[in-house]
Amino acid sequence: MPHDGHDPLSPSGHPYRPDQDEPLTYWQCMEIAIRELLVEKGVTTDAAIRAQVQTMDDRGPAQGARVVARAWADPDFHHRLRSDGSAACRELGIEVGPMKLIAVSNTPDLHNVVVCTLCSCYPRNLLGLPPDWYKSREYRSRTVREPRAVLREFGTTLPEGVAVRVHDSTADMRYLVVPMRPDGTEGWTEGALAACVTRDAMIGVAQAAHPKSDGI
Amino acid sequence: MEPRNVVEVGTRVRVADIAPPGHVRTPHYLRGRVGVVERVLGPFPNPEELAYGRRTTPLPLYRVRFPMGELWADAEHPGDTLEAEIYAHWLTIEEDPDAA
Repeated sequence: MPHDGHDPLSPSGHPYRPDQDEPLTYWQCMEIAIRELLVEKGVTTDAAIRAQVQTMDDRGPAQGARVVARAWADPDFHHRLRSDGSAACRELGIEVGPMKLIAVSNTPDLHNVVVCTLCSCYPRNLLGLPPDWYKSREYRSRTVREPRAVLREFGTTLPEGVAVRVHDSTADMRYLVVPMRPDGTEGWTEGALAACVTRDAMIGVAQAAHPKSDGI
Repeated sequence: MEPRNVVEVGTRVRVADIAPPGHVRTPHYLRGRVGVVERVLGPFPNPEELAYGRRTTPLPLYRVRFPMGELWADAEHPGDTLEAEIYAHWLTIEEDPDAA
């Protein structure tokens, strides 16, 4: 235990997280067994596995922001992104992986939001690991049931007349929302534009905004 | 719908209202509902067989668009829409009620 007494709260006032002292499950044992066999047979190494885990953990939303910034700056690229998301990303040297990418664009009349009701499908190569709330039962069940209420809880209230479109990522596609380009960004470089594009805007629970102007 | 016959964008389709066991990627809330094919994807292997290591015949995969009013009786904006990917063997062509 991380603490000897019985105080349920740490000195910082948060509850202690329980230690994970439970025995390994069947599938955890299987994973370890297969990993050890692969290392023993020289197929891979412990260091290579550790490096790959770190690479996966290090992915963030910067790649997705690059794609959106290019789409804002180059209407032809935006068009290609909408017709074949994976191929357009490849133009920027970004490999989306075995799943296909569908880019959906917000317009003055339409707001898109992405959810995976069945699990947590997410374009990880573009956005990194999904946030915990994206995988929560509440987000997964309510986004298809009452998307506008969910958006309001994220602080996103849509103007009158904007339709909402929910994308349930049920199978082989992964989704990227291309948010509306913020006003007052004419002539900005792609690097400056990318700074307006947040992870949440690319999931569709928020809008893109000028850096430092998002109310924080 | 014969799984290998690809239907066109705009076709009205109904999702089968069935509850088979196993690894199924058709959410319950869409079963029995009517939507319109938004885009034709694939062919993709059938996950219901792939999940058990069986050989699969690739199937067309459709993105189907549903009005929220078709899914939820109390939808806040019935004209809002939801799109999901549905494999061909879950869909049947639905007659257009407006067709004479």
